[in-house]
Amino acid sequence: MAAFGTAELEAVVPRLRRYARALTGNREAADDLTQDTLERAWSKRTLWQPGTNLRAWMFTVMHNVFINGIRSARPTVSLEDVSADDTGAASGTSVETGVVLGELGRALTLLPEEQREVLLLVGLEQFSYAEASDVLGVPVGTVMSRLSRGRERLRILLEAGGTASERPANLRRVK
Amino acid sequence: MNKALTDELLHAYVDNALTDEERREVEHWIAEDAAAAQRVRAYLEQNAALHALFDPVLAEPHSLRVRPPGNAANASRWLALAATLVLGVGIGFTVRSWQGASRAPVTIAREAALAYVAYVPEVRHPVEVTSAEEKHLVAWLSKRLDAPLRAPSLAGFGYQLLGGRLLPATSPDDPAPLALLMYENPQGKRLSLLVKREANNAETSFRFSEDQGARVFYWIDGPFGYALAGDLERGELQKIARGVYQQLNP
Repeated sequence: MAAFGTAELEAVVPRLRRYARALTGNREAADDLTQDTLERAWSKRTLWQPGTNLRAWMFTVMHNVFINGIRSARPTVSLEDVSADDTGAASGTSVETGVVLGELGRALTLLPEEQREVLLLVGLEQFSYAEASDVLGVPVGTVMSRLSRGRERLRILLEAGGTASERPANLRRVK
Repeated sequence: MNKALTDELLHAYVDNALTDEERREVEHWIAEDAAAAQRVRAYLEQNAALHALFDPVLAEPHSLRVRPPGNAANASRWLALAATLVLGVGIGFTVRSWQGASRAPVTIAREAALAYVAYVPEVRHPVEVTSAEEKHLVAWLSKRLDAPLRAPSLAGFGYQLLGGRLLPATSPDDPAPLALLMYENPQGKRLSLLVKREANNAETSFRFSEDQGARVFYWIDGPFGYALAGDLERGELQKIARGVYQQLNP
């Protein structure tokens, strides 16, 4: 029997939601992904090895749910229609910041999923390379090469779009 | 240096995964290589921007729960949640001890409305201790309420702490004193947050009442009951109440 209850799983929810939001770029899709992850983790709870990191295990479950979702060809969620509100930037964030951050959100969706996952696990969730390798079930070398390609691609995307953010915010609505 | 190796070192530098010696090596390298330095800067900025964009998600209220089939405790939670929805109060807060805690909040809502009516219109003496002495204020009220109190910041909603005061209880059943914190926005609009020691240590959802012309959102969280009163539109007041709840539950 697993050594955790629903409360321990639910304690990870804020982190899972943050990752899911960044991964899907959409509030509803992210919450659906998180809910599915919770159900899956609970039904597979006997597979968790006591003594190992429950948070990392939950991210593994989410990774699998996410990948399965993509494979079963659910309509892919794109950031095209994401407002600043959807990405969480609305409250307390100026419109101007919203524009800049909106670009980051859009640029993220232009990365292949495998690069986006690594970039977010390491850069946002602050997993070590070894932990990210466990979560994704790939060797550390693969984590490194995906991270390297992902960051470089994101850099180029943001530099290309950088001129837009220099315009006054009111001339450009975040879509 | 081998190209793949140097690339890995750059990322490990950004991710703080190097030994001191490796770190010095990389610093030496990027001091002389403008292109490498530019990449490091860009990657660090990416990480910072990701946090700025997505960290607010951590504090958002949500209603995601494990829902194992046929779990009795869970069923009651959903019933309670449904009750919250019927009341039209927001979703997302776990409801415990719904029965046990139901009497106390009615009192606190009433007390909050009365305190609001008495002190919010007060021009010269809205508070006993001003926010200039915030540390003293919080320590004093904590001492009198016999539990560590915090004064949440409502700056994100445009309200600054004015100060606070100690209030006598209105009910002989529960003679412990109460704390009142007052906030004001630049237009002079005021909000009051009443804090009361709750013996039964329960947790409730947000509830809403309207009394004496004051709208009040109230809830119990840990050792305290809270009641936020103001003459604001209900949705606006609820947003601020959530902000208070989140700050007190980081």
